[in-house]
Amino acid sequence: MPSMFQSLEIVLIKNSLLVAFAIMGSTVWISYFLSDRLTRGRLHGSAIAIFIGLVMACIGGIITNGKQGIADITALSGIGLMGGAMLRDLAIVATAFGVKAEEFGKSGLVGILSLFTGITLSFLVGGTVAYSFGYRDAISITTIGAGSATYIVGPVTGSAIGATSEVIALSVASGLVKAILVMILTPFLAKYIGLDNPRAAMIFGGIMGTNSGVMAGLAATDPKLVPYGAMTATFYTGLGCLLGPSVIFIFIRTIFG
Amino acid sequence: MIIYGTALLSICLLLGLTMGRMLGNLAGVDADIGGVGISMLLLILSCDYLQRSGRMKPTTEAGIAFWGSIYIPIVVAMAASQNVLAALQGGAVALLAGTLTVGASFALVGFFVKAGNSNAPAKG
Repeated sequence: MPSMFQSLEIVLIKNSLLVAFAIMGSTVWISYFLSDRLTRGRLHGSAIAIFIGLVMACIGGIITNGKQGIADITALSGIGLMGGAMLRDLAIVATAFGVKAEEFGKSGLVGILSLFTGITLSFLVGGTVAYSFGYRDAISITTIGAGSATYIVGPVTGSAIGATSEVIALSVASGLVKAILVMILTPFLAKYIGLDNPRAAMIFGGIMGTNSGVMAGLAATDPKLVPYGAMTATFYTGLGCLLGPSVIFIFIRTIFG
Repeated sequence: MIIYGTALLSICLLLGLTMGRMLGNLAGVDADIGGVGISMLLLILSCDYLQRSGRMKPTTEAGIAFWGSIYIPIVVAMAASQNVLAALQGGAVALLAGTLTVGASFALVGFFVKAGNSNAPAKG
């Protein structure tokens, strides 16, 4: 019955956001089922769901060669809208509903401190890796360091200081590796770093900085911590784009010329 | 009306993102600095005001709470639309830079969290 498949395809493409709701709902349901049956709840259902999401993204990338994971498949394009910046930010802000403003104030100072140390650390580690792979010019070292901050700071810094497109692509890839690792590792490492209270979540958001990584990592650890981590992480990319091509680049240039 | 809550949430986000962009412009970068954070503060303050003055209705709250509770599937959709393939194909430099940064950052978070705990006055 080819006409049935054709009809179905047309409906799926025309209602892509509903397709996304249906698929994501099923994914979450399967994940919580697996969490319950296979791990007796030790591995949080949302951690499994996020991992399945990443696997879907990988499959989408292999099939379409696009940049938006599974959302590059036309019938599944609604997943890109559902997980895009607009609805994601709306949901994130909504999680702050019911939080007291004083909670943020109490850890404000350590939050700011963690932002600056987190950004510096990323540039330091990323830059060192670039140097050890033979990059000796300040522009490439800074750009790869910027990518280790986030996959947005990388290209913004790189294009501001005139990096080659190959180095900019590397910086985006470093940032993506970081975001994905933070999503996957946070629920496993949370208990070792004391990530179980609002203050620790604000420090975590400030040091990790990668929005998608922090938001998904905290969701998989304890959804109550999401607004706190998001609060500091939301300043990270902007600050990184500010410091990267200016202070940090000038500093690295004085060392490597 | 439920839409009042969703409208309030949207207004806070639109205002917050605009302020974040303005902060970015002031700093001379074409990026948003803290837009979502500012939006969260706006939402917290406006809900607080409405609750104090007794104008916050349960249905209005439901219009905000729905979006907060659909957060996890939205994050799963975000994960599913990441460029995972580019990360895997980024080569040794990208893999190492990303991995070592994450490792060092986790260690630094642990250090910060514990340093703060030992400075805090001991509780019984």
